Amino acid sequence: MNFILEGFRKGVILLFGLNSEVLAVLKLSLYISILATFIAVCIGVPLGSIIAIKKFPLKKIIIALINTGMGLPPVVVGLFAVLFLSRNGPLGFLQWLYTPKGMILAQVIIAAPIITGLSLAAVQSVDPRFYQQILSLGATTRQSIWVLLKEIRLSVLAAVIAGFGSIISEVGAVMMVGGNIKGQTRVLTTATVLETNMGNFDIAIALGLILLTMSFIVNLALTFIQQSEDR
Amino acid sequence: MTKRLVVCVLTFLLFVSLFNPHLEAQENRSAILATTTSVQDTGLLDVLIDAFQKETGLTVKAIAVGTGQALQMGRLGEADILWVHSPADEKQFVDEGYGINRTTFMHNDFVILGPKIDPAKVIGMKNAAEVFKKISSAKALFVSRGDNSGTHKKEKVIWKDAGVLPDKNAYIEAGQGMAKTVMVANEKQGYVLADRSTYLSLKKIIDLVIVSEGDQALINSYSLILVNPDKFPKVNANGAKALFNYLLSRDSQEIIENFGKTKFGEQLFFWDMKDNQ
Repeated sequence: MNFILEGFRKGVILLFGLNSEVLAVLKLSLYISILATFIAVCIGVPLGSIIAIKKFPLKKIIIALINTGMGLPPVVVGLFAVLFLSRNGPLGFLQWLYTPKGMILAQVIIAAPIITGLSLAAVQSVDPRFYQQILSLGATTRQSIWVLLKEIRLSVLAAVIAGFGSIISEVGAVMMVGGNIKGQTRVLTTATVLETNMGNFDIAIALGLILLTMSFIVNLALTFIQQSEDR
Repeated sequence: MTKRLVVCVLTFLLFVSLFNPHLEAQENRSAILATTTSVQDTGLLDVLIDAFQKETGLTVKAIAVGTGQALQMGRLGEADILWVHSPADEKQFVDEGYGINRTTFMHNDFVILGPKIDPAKVIGMKNAAEVFKKISSAKALFVSRGDNSGTHKKEKVIWKDAGVLPDKNAYIEAGQGMAKTVMVANEKQGYVLADRSTYLSLKKIIDLVIVSEGDQALINSYSLILVNPDKFPKVNANGAKALFNYLLSRDSQEIIENFGKTKFGEQLFFWDMKDNQ
């Protein structure tokens, strides 16, 4: 028991005495996850909305595929990302393996189906007559989707929060694609694994606390946007 | 109004991170070093790579995997330079034409760890093969890396020398890195083969003790190998050569020999460039 308490004590000390190395790791974590969430939102929200309102063949199959994608195991994504991005792989010319770009790619693949699936469900939850009505008032497809999304922004932001949560906490894919290189691709989760391996439980606990705190702050911000009613 | 403010702050954060200066540095092609977890978990890798990058201004991507995987990365031309510890496989790797300039440059040693109560009665025995034999005949629990790493290969060599197989019901393959495997052995109170540096870094949090050490068979030699650029045109031969030369330099020797003295109070790695091959 003692070593856990001791770990927490040292962890809190480290937390408040952020050194430059921890700060760099923190910055990179934020950078990668926020950017990946942003890209995944740009893909997922429009894609989910379009699939929800359009009628086309195999729609149910597509939705089932997206729902499966929501549970993509990060290590599998990591494995395929490594194989594709490796020097002799089909995307090797990009030279993205062991770079933040490769990590962002992997995280987008993890987050995009989650955001797509949840936005799809959100849009489908709106009465279809509402969409028809906006259309009949002379709006273009794009305009009416925009109005729809504004109407259901609570659910869309919930999708964003879920997407962000799934990748900020993810360790398998970023470890494989990033390689946990010091100063280049080491993020909070992989650093925590490394410190645990080194037996530095206090530092590992500190990193864990930083990760939680950071995640809380970002989610707090998103929740503020979600819950605000500025009328 | 809070909404606007939060949106502004988030957008600002996004743009700040978009123009992250330390991202630019990674765009130039840096050498990929495939190495073993034991070098990383001790902290030696980070120290040496930092020193190299400071000295030369070049960047290195050091990927810590097991020796088996590191050699495989070399076979596929996915790494530029290897830092590994499994002499027989290294020789084969070079003979097959995948690697050049193999240089054995440092060593540390393995120790056999076990529970204090010592169910196999091996404490104090020096001969590693004899220790393994007794563990097997006593049907005492043994935890293996089971991941084709250098340590796992070493373990298999010792089993072979012992002329016995581990007892099936008392043999666990952890499939994890060195430190995690030791932790598994610690939880289950089994015997485990570990490198001394990992043992020292975990010493304060485990109950296992060294039951056997000092046998010649427990020497753990590390080598550098350049991946053959003639075989793989995409290999970054210049970057790899620069790192190769640095790791064999006097500066590096000093770092390696002094490493561990401050943290663990004893020397962890020993320089042996005399054993050049």
